[in-house]
Amino acid sequence: MTNPNNATISTVHQAEFTSGHALQIPTLRILQDDGTLYAGATAPELDKATALKMYQTMTFIRVLDERMLGAQRQGRISFYMKCLGEEAATVGSAAALDDADMIMAQYREQGALRYRGFTLEQFMNQLFSNEKDLGKGRQMPVHYGSNAIHYMTISSPLGTQIPQAAGYAYAQKLRGLSNVTICYFGEGAASEGDFHAGLNMAAVHKAPVLFFCRNNGYAISTPANEQFKGDGIACRGVGYGMKTIRVDGADILAVYQATKMAREYALAHNEPVLLESIAYRLGAHSSSDDPSGYRSKEEEELWRKNDPISRFRLYLLQKCWLDDEADKVATEQLRQDILEALKVAEKVAKPGIEHLISDVYAEPIPELERQLADLKDHIRKYPDAYPITSGRI
Amino acid sequence: MPKMNMLQAINNALDLAMAKDDGVVCFGEDVGHFGGVFRATSKLQEKYGKARCFNTPLTEQGIAGFANGMAAQGMKPVAEIQFADYIFPAFDQIVNETAKFRYRSGNEFNVGGLVFRTPYGGGIAGGHYHSQSPEAYFAHTPGLKIVVPRNPHQAKGLLLASINCPDPVIFFEPKKLYRASVGEVPEEYYELPIGQAEVMKTGTQVTVLAWGAQMEIVEKAVEMAEAIGISCELIDLRSILPWDVDTVAESVKKTGRLVINHEAPLTGGFAGEIAATIQQRCFLHLESPILRVCGLDTPYPLALEKEYVADHLKTFEAIKASVNF
Repeated sequence: MTNPNNATISTVHQAEFTSGHALQIPTLRILQDDGTLYAGATAPELDKATALKMYQTMTFIRVLDERMLGAQRQGRISFYMKCLGEEAATVGSAAALDDADMIMAQYREQGALRYRGFTLEQFMNQLFSNEKDLGKGRQMPVHYGSNAIHYMTISSPLGTQIPQAAGYAYAQKLRGLSNVTICYFGEGAASEGDFHAGLNMAAVHKAPVLFFCRNNGYAISTPANEQFKGDGIACRGVGYGMKTIRVDGADILAVYQATKMAREYALAHNEPVLLESIAYRLGAHSSSDDPSGYRSKEEEELWRKNDPISRFRLYLLQKCWLDDEADKVATEQLRQDILEALKVAEKVAKPGIEHLISDVYAEPIPELERQLADLKDHIRKYPDAYPITSGRI
Repeated sequence: MPKMNMLQAINNALDLAMAKDDGVVCFGEDVGHFGGVFRATSKLQEKYGKARCFNTPLTEQGIAGFANGMAAQGMKPVAEIQFADYIFPAFDQIVNETAKFRYRSGNEFNVGGLVFRTPYGGGIAGGHYHSQSPEAYFAHTPGLKIVVPRNPHQAKGLLLASINCPDPVIFFEPKKLYRASVGEVPEEYYELPIGQAEVMKTGTQVTVLAWGAQMEIVEKAVEMAEAIGISCELIDLRSILPWDVDTVAESVKKTGRLVINHEAPLTGGFAGEIAATIQQRCFLHLESPILRVCGLDTPYPLALEKEYVADHLKTFEAIKASVNF
């Protein structure tokens, strides 16, 4: 028997519940902590150059995160967010994409951004909101974006990118492009209405989106068990009628494999796929947060052993693709480069006053022109109070 | 020139826009085969296919988010919110996303070409969930453009301009006039300017300003005033954001008086913004206080709708009070 809802109806004649945990979705694991593969696991096809690029991207992000959190503590930038413990999730998934696939991220996906080719200078210019920042110094640090590398500018409100990704991918499909959109979000953001709206819209309208949920255990201080009661986020994909897969987010081979498979499926069938990556946010939510108030050191230590970089590093060493000594030298060099780039970026001027009103509209409306003219007159009267712009108007 | 009602004019505009540019896509609740609950998208699915004119699930935030994504990719989504009263689940997507897309990315991305069409206003015995005029909430959001047409000819030209606009537009359609307002509408493609008011009638003693469905109400009031010898200048604002300060200020400098009428409640309504700006621009020319004729500060009523609305009689009284101050 079928009904108009496309649902298969099987009937019973005694009342019985279906358990809220009837559906248990397994987690894909390929790489063990010691760098060897699980029995029965197959490594994805990955050439040496790609594997090294993935490794170097993870290392880059880890060093950058350490250094920039330090810069925040020194008061040189106002805010920062690390992705410690989650590097494999974003780098592994980005590596499985085509360079022209759109990335719509939440805010902790610097790994995907770097993999796409965002330069060290571009990172720094954004973090210091200087006049070379692509975003013209308008958003808090870590709100990166670049049209050239198909990385949608980050928006602070949580989950808003989810229905947008459905629309973006639908447009890609209408245009006949062989590209997908990947949409990252956290398990906390999956409680937002936009999550339901976006997944349902994508499923109904057959949009080739990869919904990539980074379930990292915490939304600021709220643990996942206070966020939802179901089996993670993955089980919801089945509810929307979409293909779903769950992976160990600290296992870059598993993430790469799952994303590659999801991308192929999404393109071939014009359908969304939900991926749930299980990892742990080892760092604080942001530079404004202190996890010692809501979780134990013991818990953190348990997950620290699950480090995504060391696991992949051991794998690469065993394959003789990585030279241990050269890697150490390269990491040291990276630290130097980051420090240098930081010093350069913090000296670059802030955006000019015209960027207070540019881009609100394609062309400033008359009222904005009037307001800017009034403001300039005011600044000329009190130049000392407005040192960033008074010398340049 | 053929005669059309406002729905036919809107349908005709959408048809022309879809024929002209295959990036134009119409969607919303019941918009597909059914053609929308008011039939504004009638026959468009038949003509342009399901991929370009389709139903969505019942999710205003989903519709708005989907539209943002499509527009960011470069297409021109025309998304229908079935009633302006139901736009609020999409408020975050519109206020925090649509409006800030270009600005926050430093012009790396934008959602120009995106139009939200939504029927607003009372007069259809709809009570407080089918009658609201929420334009003022959006007027407080830099990055949006807000347009309200008064008749079929205006609706077609302004809608085509909105779809062709490099900035996102909320297009409020006076649903009371959907079938009631009939007029001559050119068959061909044409645009009317966004951000420009229209002086519909010149006069010397008082400026009367309104927009959308209220235009025919204030026209009636102006006729009554003219009949007792008061010379009125009548202006249709047409765009709430950006609004045409210069045209209104020029008129008030001439007449020395201003009466503003809108359907939405008085407090926090857009008339307050206009009054503040005009008193600043025209202070020495003003002969009497600027008056506002608006809805009461209550939810929109049902049984007592006639008493509530900013009708022609209240406007007529305000015109007299302004001139006889």
